[in-house]
Amino acid sequence: MTATAPLPAHGAAPSDEIARALDLARAKRWLVAAVVTILCLWVLVPIYLVLVNALSTPSEVSGWPKSFVPSFAMESLAFFAGYRGVAEALLNSVMVAAITMVLSIVIGAPAGYALARFDFAGKNAFRILVLMTRAFPLPLLALPLAVAYIQIGLDDTILGLAFVHTMLAMPFAVLITASLFMGVPFELEEAAWTLGCTRLQAFVKVVLPLVSPGIAASAVFAFVVSWNEVFAAAVLTIENRTLTAFLLQSLNVSPLHLKFAGAAVLVLPALLFLFAVRKYLFAMWGIANR
Amino acid sequence: MAEITVAGLEKSYGSFTALHGIDLHVEDREFLVLLGASGCGKTTLLRCIAGLETASRGEIAIGGRRVDPLPPRARKIAMVFQNYAVFPHLTVFENIAFGLRMKKMPNAEVDEKVRRAATMMHIEQLLARYSGQLSGGQRQRVAVARALAMEPEVLLMDEPLSNLDALLRLEMRAELKGVLQESRTTTIYVTHDQVEAMSLADRIAVMHGGHIVQHASPLDVYRDPATRFVGSFIGNPPMNFLPATRTTAGWEVAGLTMPGPAIDAHTIEFAVRPEDLTPAETGLTGRVKVVEPLGAHQLVTMDVAGHHFRVVLESDLVVRPGETLRLAPRPERVRWFDPTSQTAIDRSLVPS
Amino acid sequence: MPSRALPYLLLAPAALFLAAFFLYPAVQVAVIAFTRGDEVGLANFARMAGHWKFDTALWNTILLAAVVVPLQLALALFMGQIVTQMGRGRDLVLYVFTIPLGISDLAAGIIWLAILEQNGFLNSFLYHLGLLDSPVARLSYQNTLGLFVAVAIAEIWRATAIMLVILVAGMGLIPKEYNEAAEVFGASPWQRFVKVTLPLLKPSLQTALILRTILAFEVFAVVAALAGTSMPMLMGETYAWEFQLQDRGVAASYALVILGISIASTLVFLWWLRTPEEARA
Repeated sequence: MTATAPLPAHGAAPSDEIARALDLARAKRWLVAAVVTILCLWVLVPIYLVLVNALSTPSEVSGWPKSFVPSFAMESLAFFAGYRGVAEALLNSVMVAAITMVLSIVIGAPAGYALARFDFAGKNAFRILVLMTRAFPLPLLALPLAVAYIQIGLDDTILGLAFVHTMLAMPFAVLITASLFMGVPFELEEAAWTLGCTRLQAFVKVVLPLVSPGIAASAVFAFVVSWNEVFAAAVLTIENRTLTAFLLQSLNVSPLHLKFAGAAVLVLPALLFLFAVRKYLFAMWGIANR
Repeated sequence: MAEITVAGLEKSYGSFTALHGIDLHVEDREFLVLLGASGCGKTTLLRCIAGLETASRGEIAIGGRRVDPLPPRARKIAMVFQNYAVFPHLTVFENIAFGLRMKKMPNAEVDEKVRRAATMMHIEQLLARYSGQLSGGQRQRVAVARALAMEPEVLLMDEPLSNLDALLRLEMRAELKGVLQESRTTTIYVTHDQVEAMSLADRIAVMHGGHIVQHASPLDVYRDPATRFVGSFIGNPPMNFLPATRTTAGWEVAGLTMPGPAIDAHTIEFAVRPEDLTPAETGLTGRVKVVEPLGAHQLVTMDVAGHHFRVVLESDLVVRPGETLRLAPRPERVRWFDPTSQTAIDRSLVPS
Repeated sequence: MPSRALPYLLLAPAALFLAAFFLYPAVQVAVIAFTRGDEVGLANFARMAGHWKFDTALWNTILLAAVVVPLQLALALFMGQIVTQMGRGRDLVLYVFTIPLGISDLAAGIIWLAILEQNGFLNSFLYHLGLLDSPVARLSYQNTLGLFVAVAIAEIWRATAIMLVILVAGMGLIPKEYNEAAEVFGASPWQRFVKVTLPLLKPSLQTALILRTILAFEVFAVVAALAGTSMPMLMGETYAWEFQLQDRGVAASYALVILGISIASTLVFLWWLRTPEEARA
């Protein structure tokens, strides 16, 4: 700071231009904060309101005018829990989602590893096939499968539905795990081989510990996909309905408080799971879409 | 005894051939450097010896035992990777212990060997840390310690210093040399850095286009390059080349006539290293283009008969761009190359 | 390591699964659509097109996508840009913005039902403000526009997040230097957005639009929850023919129509937002 043009002394009144710029910056910060707040409210308020309904008595739910704070009455939820078919539907939903989660990873992750680590004839064809599934309204596949399932005895079964949900979730699992495996330098595996590991040992001791959080995240993702799916569930199950199928089919007949309690029960686990994997959400999408 | 023999090794990827029938013998306890530009096949050769690549043809033996059908773990080798490959989910201790544990070695012995290797590489105080908490140089030390702890028959190193900054590279180079001299393990070391090769190697194998073009001691490789490529690749600045034409009195090089090889050819190539010329009354004449003072000496780039020509001169000599300089090559350092085969002309053909 | 068979072994389960649960049913749905009784032909399509709800369902579906997708794109880009302006709290806000990603379309429909039904929160809110004396039915079957707006709002609320995630991930891949260079050369924030961010974001925009448009054509449970059967949609009709009318052939024909417009829209986006090979980063 020697021999430069003198700066205005501290405390000297800034010029109009600088004052304007400072005002503008301050106004911009406020504007951003206000907009962000509004957008957050837009997302959160509807969820809050359905929870208010779920935690109000049935008469409050259909009353007028409505209170915006819940009375924390358990009657709606208790009614929902005791309603015929709900318990079974809930259990079915959990089981279908769990099978979907396991199948997606067990089938998807090896393919992801193959895509990440090998060059082989047909690799591109497989990639394109996987990507193609995304440009396809997959729930519609439930229609022909409903016919096929009758022939092989998978109709109205949890497993049959889980297969369709796996079809929804598995392409993601392939792409996500491929990117996870690509994130582990091949050199690490090679180093393990030179240090005495077989291919399997190197995978278990080196690769798996490094990718397991990401694999867990994509498993959770598969769970949520299945948990939330409505169309295929409604088409493929009749007696063994999942929660979404149950709610859909009782929309016309069930009272309002049952719907709201059902929606709350549907939303909460998905939100918790999503919170658990939030760190991976953007990374997964960023890579899965290239 | 762990000498390495490579015989007729070929490796191709589709239509591209990375290694053309490599024959190589590394003595027990020898430090061999595979030197070459990127894409010359040196890393592929190293990886074939490690068992990370499968050769298309040929054999590899370590300590007299054929190993090429074996997986890496059965070859009694250890390897230091270019990016260190220090496992990020394990501590430094567990990284060094990794291979020992794979051998199901008792804990006490593992502990002892890990500590010994860590002491050798001066990382005893880092044993509890994770890779993410280490600098590049420290990671490098862990990678070397991990390889040494295995007490391998053969140590393979793939450009281990290339990711370090210049100062650290110098330091590690000297230290590696010390440690490896002490351990006396047969070592194959891949690098593209000729200074590194010169300073570390017992012998250098220079690779070019999938062939070993010269396999000799560092000084021989420097003084007597087997091919034009070796001469221009090794040495900084590289060897100078000028065309030479036959005259009745000998060979004419940029207007200067000098004795040369007695062979039946019209034109050949004259070559001399930049430091092997001295200012003189008669000699190669050229105009100075650029002068770069480098402290200990100065690098002068000239134009000699339309050819780029570089000399290293003492720094006290006053040289200015635009001047004309006359430089006499030291006769015993002049080399001749056959321009068609690009190989050195046998020195026994040159009258002394 | 050698072992040429290994990648194929690893791939085999996924490939077989795709064959059995993607390729086979994809072919089969066409077979069912083109067969009626023992005859191969267009009888199912004729029956589908002859039904009075078909035109409405097709029109509603396309119109809803045409209204919702552009709004979602604009909103997602806006949210993404806002988030990049933030320092502290960025991660929390991003999480909040992506919450609807975990919400089922059925739940989303019911959530907006809670707000928009006659005794719902919107009417109650207006009442508390003194703007309304007694409940108004906003979701009656006679109020076609009201139903459409309700479904559109619920869809925008629920499914903007998926575009946001894709676009924010894409924005993260654009090196900061480009925007900084543009700023130094005098581009305003809006100019930087239009001239630098958007063109570089093209691959992500393409993915987001393709994915979101296909999902918009599949809209089902939101409509079922908010409008019941008062607002025919392709997916809802498919379900009705399959499940209530027990006519698989017509249901499959509907499926092919959805498939057709999905593929058409994908091709349009692929062509419209193509990045020439030379201009790839």
